[in-house]
Amino acid sequence: MYAIRRFAVRHARAFENFYQGFERAVVGLDPLFRRIGYQRLEKPVAITERMVKGLLFDCKMCGQCVLSSTGMSCPMNCPKQLRNGPCGGVREGGFCEVKPAMRCVWVEAWDGASRMGDGRERIRIVQPPVDRSLEGSSAWLRVAREKAASGTPATTAKQTVANAFARARQHEPASAPLASEPRNATSTPSREKSK
Amino acid sequence: MIPSIQTPEPYDPVLHPPLQAPPGHKSGSILERALRRGWFAITAELNPPDSADPRDVLKAAEPLMGVCDAVNATDASGANCHMSSMGICSILSRKGVGIVLQISCRDRNRIAIQGDVLGAAAMGVGNILCLTGDGVGTGDQPGAKPVFDFDSLSLLRALKTMRDEGTFLSGRKLTTPPAIFLGGAENPCIPPYEYRAQRLEKKARAGADFIQTNYIFDMPRFKAFMAQVRDMGLDEKTFILAGVGPIASAKTARWMRANVPGIHIPDTYIERLEKAAKPADESKKLCIDMIGELRHMAGVKGVHVMAYRREHLVGEIIEASGILKERLAAQASA
Repeated sequence: MYAIRRFAVRHARAFENFYQGFERAVVGLDPLFRRIGYQRLEKPVAITERMVKGLLFDCKMCGQCVLSSTGMSCPMNCPKQLRNGPCGGVREGGFCEVKPAMRCVWVEAWDGASRMGDGRERIRIVQPPVDRSLEGSSAWLRVAREKAASGTPATTAKQTVANAFARARQHEPASAPLASEPRNATSTPSREKSK
Repeated sequence: MIPSIQTPEPYDPVLHPPLQAPPGHKSGSILERALRRGWFAITAELNPPDSADPRDVLKAAEPLMGVCDAVNATDASGANCHMSSMGICSILSRKGVGIVLQISCRDRNRIAIQGDVLGAAAMGVGNILCLTGDGVGTGDQPGAKPVFDFDSLSLLRALKTMRDEGTFLSGRKLTTPPAIFLGGAENPCIPPYEYRAQRLEKKARAGADFIQTNYIFDMPRFKAFMAQVRDMGLDEKTFILAGVGPIASAKTARWMRANVPGIHIPDTYIERLEKAAKPADESKKLCIDMIGELRHMAGVKGVHVMAYRREHLVGEIIEASGILKERLAAQASA
């Protein structure tokens, strides 16, 4: 919802603190997740994530959450889905070119980022293009897999994106993931994953 | 007669090997050469024809040839259909005109774009401008599907990867990487003003070798922007070309302000056109004065002239601004 999503931006600092703790917890649970199996967890966690983040941020479940680098303003709500800042069409007063009644997602993002401890630095990082095959999957589980990655060799394609956007990956590992994906967390056919 | 500043060979992809970058350069582009020599660079926008006749391209380019370092071939700007940037570039490269291929993220996905870039480089394109693109709703086909697979920054980084690492974004190797001079756009005169310089920094970091700004009509605002840019040292990281252009009348100015995304024209500018006996001449004069001011502004390395449907004036404007005379003098003394 628009009003709640703007509330989240105004309270970006609180969400940043919460997320840092939450991320540590999720990453810490990786051994447990592995024992249960990421594939078994994927659906229930994705449903929960969609509900929670959908309510708070109008989350679109891109599967590669970078909220902490975009001032808690979800870039997928930009009609052009820009992940790296506003376009050149922002209207007077900071309104969207395509949806004139909506505040520009990136004007909001900078507002949120300026309220955060680390936001102003992180918003300057160049984010990679979204991997559309991860749409609908859980970014929370992906972060856990990435941060606790066991060093399994990644595909050349994943490694190339991770190299080209190294700084983004460093802060937002889900933006350029390297770990192998459970079958139900990606729409890419299994050919790629068996490598 | 305007002294010619372009002396490239007409490029023929069948007869010539791909354009190579001289040492210390990223491309074989004339624009890059001019900028690295410290010349005040000139680029100009071409009005693309709604035609399949190559002669219409040459006719549109005629007033721009010989007065600029590169001609920008727009990519369906304002989301209106015209001949493609690629088509225009391949015709003009064979005429030996320096060109800037424009790529908007609105219409093509990463598969199409990376392939286009190889095609463009093979056709003799030395400069590529990476743009987000206006929303489809502003154009003549509002029912089109907006793509936006890349944004302008991830596009810049992807093309930089192709050029510098010699691979597609998928990691597959290129036999010959494209030697291209990469550009981005910036719009200093629209919100969020305080972050426009930061966005420019991000573009430079993503891979922009040069920046062409949108129309500048609000000099005080642009000056404030440039002060911020210089404080951040960005004018040393990327070549900044300021966008200027004449407008036919106050009515046109009002229409542009209301209907073209990202155009900021202050009331004072429109008032000046209104009061003038010949608004078109006044606008031309304002444009020349503005170039005069930009030439001496620290950090500005050139101008990008956008004279939509007034391309015939570009030569006069450049001539009157004295840039070419200055350059010829520099050349003679060198």
